Amino acid sequence: MKTLSPPPGKPFDRLVIAVEADVFRSRQAVGRAMDRLGARVIRRTRLVTAVSEIFRNGLVYGGGAEVVITLDEADRMVWVDCTDQGPGIADLELAMKDGYTTGKGLGRGLGGAKRLVEHFEIHSVLGEGTQVRLAGRA
Amino acid sequence: MSQSAGLYLVDEIMLVAIDEDINDSDIVDLQDRLAQRVHDTGARGIVIDVSALEIVDTFVGRIIAQLAGIGTLLDSPTYLVGMRPAVAMTLVELGMTLPTVRTARNLQHALERLRATQ
Ligand SMILES: Nc1ncnc2c1ncn2[C@@H]1O[C@H](COP(=O)(O)OP(=O)(O)O)[C@@H](O)[C@H]1O
Ligand SMILES: [Mg+2]
Repeated sequence: MKTLSPPPGKPFDRLVIAVEADVFRSRQAVGRAMDRLGARVIRRTRLVTAVSEIFRNGLVYGGGAEVVITLDEADRMVWVDCTDQGPGIADLELAMKDGYTTGKGLGRGLGGAKRLVEHFEIHSVLGEGTQVRLAGRA
Repeated sequence: MSQSAGLYLVDEIMLVAIDEDINDSDIVDLQDRLAQRVHDTGARGIVIDVSALEIVDTFVGRIIAQLAGIGTLLDSPTYLVGMRPAVAMTLVELGMTLPTVRTARNLQHALERLRATQ
């Protein structure tokens, strides 16, 4: 899988998601990054909800993930990269559709997360893993 | 035993307070305990309190819908209270409208409505 070029800004936090409690811990870190930029509640809520969807996917489907949070103070943006080394996604377009799930979820995580953020990109290679980059403006 | 939600009998109403860090392994246990306690106590209704939640993602949204489903199965009117405005707005964008869940502005309102339905 190709490595994404680093987002603008400076490193804020780096976390590993290996168990369910890490999903909570990691999304709290994203909330702190938004607080650092003085984000309004609605903007903070949108980004934290979106990353919660992506982090849980990284754990449940990716078998664990690594999270990198970057703070762009000039542009008032929080960037979040979530990378896993799971099975990857065969059909990204299908996976993004509301209601599509291969698990026991509602199938609204990927589509919903995309609607909630300023920037959303997803890269996946079968047998190698999945990489999601999101950003929200404070 | 689940640490991620509390069950309290208030005024013959079963109050379910969901915690921020509720996780997958707590859910079945919570459903069991709720069904059992509503049955044992003959509670007149269920109120699900989400005021502790800074966000509700599709994972927690599904839990809320499932808990409300238990209320329906047990013929126990169920209300959702305490949802923060930013959380409600975000849920709409996730496409989660929770059609089966009645909402009340706060616990007091929910209790009043449940009394009125008797
Ligand atoms: N990190 C990932 N690795 C592998 N598959 C994934 C990943 N994220 C999502 N998927 C696939 O995309 C589907 C849709 O994801 P999502 O929209 O979050 O819904 P849900 O989590 O409810 O299934 C999942 O069921 C799964 O098949
Ligand atoms: Mg999901």
